[in-house]
Amino acid sequence: MRDIQVLDTPLNTQSCHDAVVDPAAGGIVVFVGTVRNQTKGRKVLQLAFESYVPMALKEMGKIADTLSQKWGILHVSIHHRVGVLEIGEIPVIIAVSTPHRQAAFEACQYAIDTLKKTVPIWKKEIFENGTVWVSAHP
Amino acid sequence: MKIKLIAFGIAKEIIGPDESNLEVKNPCNIGDLKRILIIHYPEFKKIQSIKFAVNEDYQEDYFQIHEGDEVVIIPPVSGG
Repeated sequence: MRDIQVLDTPLNTQSCHDAVVDPAAGGIVVFVGTVRNQTKGRKVLQLAFESYVPMALKEMGKIADTLSQKWGILHVSIHHRVGVLEIGEIPVIIAVSTPHRQAAFEACQYAIDTLKKTVPIWKKEIFENGTVWVSAHP
Repeated sequence: MKIKLIAFGIAKEIIGPDESNLEVKNPCNIGDLKRILIIHYPEFKKIQSIKFAVNEDYQEDYFQIHEGDEVVIIPPVSGG
Protein backbone atom coordinates (compact mmCIF):
# COMPACT_ATOMS: atom_id res chain seq x y z
CA MET A 1 0.00 0.00 0.00
CA ARG A 2 1.05 3.49 -0.80
CA ASP A 3 -0.14 6.40 1.33
CA ILE A 4 1.13 9.68 -0.12
CA GLN A 5 -0.32 12.98 1.02
CA VAL A 6 0.34 16.72 1.21
CA LEU A 7 -1.59 18.13 4.15
CA ASP A 8 -2.25 21.55 5.65
CA THR A 9 -3.04 20.12 9.09
CA PRO A 10 -0.66 18.69 11.77
CA LEU A 11 0.91 15.36 10.78
CA ASN A 12 0.39 12.20 12.80
CA THR A 13 3.30 9.78 13.23
CA GLN A 14 1.03 6.97 14.38
CA SER A 15 -1.12 7.11 11.26
CA CYS A 16 1.96 6.82 8.98
CA HIS A 17 3.20 3.88 11.06
CA ASP A 18 -0.19 2.19 10.98
CA ALA A 19 -0.42 2.58 7.19
CA VAL A 20 2.63 0.35 6.67
CA VAL A 21 1.97 -2.40 9.24
CA ASP A 22 2.06 -5.86 7.65
CA PRO A 23 2.35 -9.42 9.02
CA ALA A 24 5.13 -10.08 6.48
CA ALA A 25 7.20 -7.14 7.78
CA GLY A 26 10.30 -7.73 9.88
CA GLY A 27 10.73 -4.04 10.52
CA ILE A 28 9.29 -0.57 10.09
CA VAL A 29 11.47 2.54 9.85
CA VAL A 30 9.79 5.89 10.44
CA PHE A 31 11.60 9.15 9.72
CA VAL A 32 10.11 12.23 11.38
CA GLY A 33 11.41 15.63 10.27
CA THR A 34 11.11 18.44 12.80
CA VAL A 35 11.47 22.22 12.62
CA ARG A 36 14.83 23.25 14.12
CA ASN A 37 15.23 26.46 16.11
CA GLN A 38 18.26 27.84 14.28
CA THR A 39 20.11 27.96 10.97
CA LYS A 40 23.86 28.60 11.08
CA GLY A 41 23.47 30.20 14.49
CA ARG A 42 20.59 32.46 13.44
CA LYS A 43 17.43 32.02 15.47
CA VAL A 44 14.51 30.66 13.41
CA LEU A 45 11.00 31.57 14.57
CA GLN A 46 8.90 29.59 12.08
CA LEU A 47 9.12 27.79 8.74
CA ALA A 48 6.59 28.40 5.96
CA PHE A 49 6.13 25.57 3.45
CA GLU A 50 4.40 25.68 0.09
CA SER A 51 4.00 23.07 -2.61
CA TYR A 52 2.94 22.53 -6.21
CA VAL A 53 0.72 19.77 -4.91
CA PRO A 54 -0.25 17.71 -8.00
CA MET A 55 3.37 17.45 -9.09
CA ALA A 56 4.61 16.85 -5.52
CA LEU A 57 2.28 13.84 -5.29
CA LYS A 58 3.54 12.60 -8.65
CA GLU A 59 7.22 12.98 -7.66
CA MET A 60 6.62 11.24 -4.32
CA GLY A 61 4.93 8.46 -6.32
CA LYS A 62 8.16 8.07 -8.32
CA ILE A 63 10.09 7.72 -5.05
CA ALA A 64 7.65 4.99 -3.97
CA ASP A 65 8.20 3.23 -7.33
CA THR A 66 11.95 3.18 -6.71
CA LEU A 67 11.47 1.86 -3.16
CA SER A 68 9.46 -1.04 -4.55
CA GLN A 69 11.86 -1.80 -7.40
CA LYS A 70 15.13 -1.38 -5.53
CA TRP A 71 14.32 -2.48 -1.97
CA GLY A 72 11.18 -4.58 -2.41
CA ILE A 73 9.35 -2.68 0.30
CA LEU A 74 5.95 -3.88 1.50
CA HIS A 75 4.36 -0.47 2.14
CA VAL A 76 5.27 3.19 2.25
CA SER A 77 3.62 6.22 3.78
CA ILE A 78 4.84 9.74 2.99
CA HIS A 79 3.09 12.76 4.51
CA HIS A 80 4.33 16.32 3.94
CA ARG A 81 2.83 19.38 5.53
CA VAL A 82 2.36 22.85 4.05
CA GLY A 83 1.64 26.15 5.79
CA VAL A 84 3.40 27.90 8.67
CA LEU A 85 5.05 25.57 11.22
CA GLU A 86 6.37 26.36 14.68
CA ILE A 87 9.64 25.06 16.20
CA GLY A 88 9.35 21.34 16.98
CA GLU A 89 6.43 20.76 14.61
CA ILE A 90 6.62 18.05 11.95
CA PRO A 91 6.92 18.97 8.26
CA VAL A 92 7.48 15.43 6.98
CA ILE A 93 7.01 11.78 7.97
CA ILE A 94 8.18 8.78 5.95
CA ALA A 95 7.34 5.24 7.08
CA VAL A 96 8.56 2.13 5.28
CA SER A 97 8.01 -1.56 6.03
CA THR A 98 10.15 -4.38 4.64
CA PRO A 99 10.68 -8.07 5.41
CA HIS A 100 14.19 -7.32 6.79
CA ARG A 101 15.35 -4.21 8.65
CA GLN A 102 18.39 -3.29 6.55
CA ALA A 103 16.22 -2.59 3.50
CA ALA A 104 13.84 -0.45 5.58
CA PHE A 105 16.68 1.79 6.82
CA GLU A 106 18.14 2.18 3.34
CA ALA A 107 14.80 2.77 1.63
CA CYS A 108 13.74 5.38 4.18
CA GLN A 109 17.07 7.21 3.85
CA TYR A 110 16.76 7.20 0.05
CA ALA A 111 13.19 8.49 0.28
CA ILE A 112 13.97 11.53 2.45
CA ASP A 113 17.19 12.37 0.55
CA THR A 114 15.38 12.20 -2.81
CA LEU A 115 12.33 14.10 -1.55
CA LYS A 116 14.61 16.99 -0.60
CA LYS A 117 16.08 17.05 -4.13
CA THR A 118 13.12 16.43 -6.45
CA VAL A 119 9.73 17.08 -4.83
CA PRO A 120 8.35 20.57 -5.57
CA ILE A 121 8.04 21.83 -2.01
CA TRP A 122 9.69 25.03 -0.78
CA LYS A 123 10.40 26.36 2.68
CA LYS A 124 10.96 29.89 3.83
CA GLU A 125 12.78 30.53 7.08
CA ILE A 126 11.19 33.23 9.17
CA PHE A 127 13.72 35.05 11.36
CA GLU A 128 13.25 37.90 13.84
CA ASN A 129 14.34 40.38 11.19
CA GLY A 130 13.45 38.92 7.82
CA THR A 131 12.72 35.83 5.74
CA VAL A 132 14.82 33.63 3.43
CA TRP A 133 13.75 31.01 0.86
CA VAL A 134 15.99 28.04 1.69
CA SER A 135 18.54 27.07 -1.05
CA ALA A 136 17.31 29.80 -3.42
CA HIS A 137 20.59 31.70 -3.64
CA PRO A 138 24.11 30.41 -4.26
CA MET B 1 0.80 31.39 -28.76
CA LYS B 2 -0.45 31.65 -25.20
CA ILE B 3 0.93 29.59 -22.33
CA LYS B 4 -0.09 29.50 -18.68
CA LEU B 5 2.82 30.34 -16.36
CA ILE B 6 2.76 29.53 -12.63
CA ALA B 7 5.51 30.23 -10.11
CA PHE B 8 6.29 29.02 -6.59
CA GLY B 9 8.66 29.97 -3.79
CA ILE B 10 11.09 32.75 -4.58
CA ALA B 11 9.99 32.71 -8.25
CA LYS B 12 6.51 33.71 -7.14
CA GLU B 13 7.97 36.69 -5.29
CA ILE B 14 9.81 37.72 -8.46
CA ILE B 15 6.99 37.47 -11.02
CA GLY B 16 4.00 38.01 -8.73
CA PRO B 17 1.54 35.72 -7.00
CA ASP B 18 -1.00 35.31 -9.80
CA GLU B 19 -0.68 32.80 -12.58
CA SER B 20 -0.13 34.67 -15.82
CA ASN B 21 -0.95 34.05 -19.42
CA LEU B 22 2.22 34.70 -21.37
CA GLU B 23 2.35 35.35 -25.11
CA VAL B 24 5.41 33.67 -26.67
CA LYS B 25 6.52 33.02 -30.24
CA ASN B 26 5.83 29.61 -31.74
CA PRO B 27 7.91 27.44 -31.60
CA CYS B 28 9.22 28.08 -28.11
CA ASN B 29 11.17 25.67 -25.96
CA ILE B 30 12.07 25.79 -22.27
CA GLY B 31 15.47 27.34 -23.05
CA ASP B 32 13.76 30.17 -24.98
CA LEU B 33 11.34 30.74 -22.12
CA LYS B 34 14.22 30.89 -19.63
CA ARG B 35 15.91 33.61 -21.71
CA ILE B 36 12.65 35.59 -21.99
CA LEU B 37 12.13 35.44 -18.23
CA ILE B 38 15.66 36.59 -17.45
CA ILE B 39 15.21 39.59 -19.79
CA HIS B 40 11.90 40.53 -18.14
CA TYR B 41 12.98 39.67 -14.60
CA PRO B 42 16.79 40.05 -14.16
CA GLU B 43 16.32 38.89 -10.54
CA PHE B 44 16.29 35.32 -11.87
CA LYS B 45 20.03 35.63 -12.58
CA LYS B 46 20.62 35.59 -8.82
CA ILE B 47 18.76 32.33 -8.23
CA GLN B 48 20.82 29.18 -7.69
CA SER B 49 19.10 27.22 -10.48
CA ILE B 50 15.72 27.34 -12.14
CA LYS B 51 13.95 24.26 -13.41
CA PHE B 52 10.70 24.03 -15.32
CA ALA B 53 7.81 21.62 -15.25
CA VAL B 54 5.31 21.24 -18.07
CA ASN B 55 2.05 19.51 -17.25
CA GLU B 56 3.51 18.30 -13.91
CA ASP B 57 6.78 16.79 -15.19
CA TYR B 58 10.30 18.25 -15.15
CA GLN B 59 11.47 19.18 -18.65
CA GLU B 60 14.87 20.16 -20.08
CA ASP B 61 15.80 23.18 -22.23
CA TYR B 62 15.09 21.47 -25.57
CA PHE B 63 11.48 20.60 -24.65
CA GLN B 64 8.95 22.24 -27.02
CA ILE B 65 6.10 24.07 -25.31
CA HIS B 66 2.65 23.84 -26.86
CA GLU B 67 -0.28 26.25 -26.85
CA GLY B 68 -2.23 25.96 -23.61
CA ASP B 69 0.51 24.10 -21.70
CA GLU B 70 0.80 24.72 -17.97
CA VAL B 71 4.40 25.75 -17.39
CA VAL B 72 5.63 25.98 -13.82
CA ILE B 73 8.82 27.73 -12.69
CA ILE B 74 10.57 25.50 -10.13
CA PRO B 75 13.23 27.32 -8.08
CA PRO B 76 15.53 25.11 -5.95
CA VAL B 77 13.27 22.82 -3.90
CA SER B 78 13.71 22.61 -0.13
CA GLY B 79 11.10 20.25 1.26
CA GLY B 80 11.57 18.01 4.28
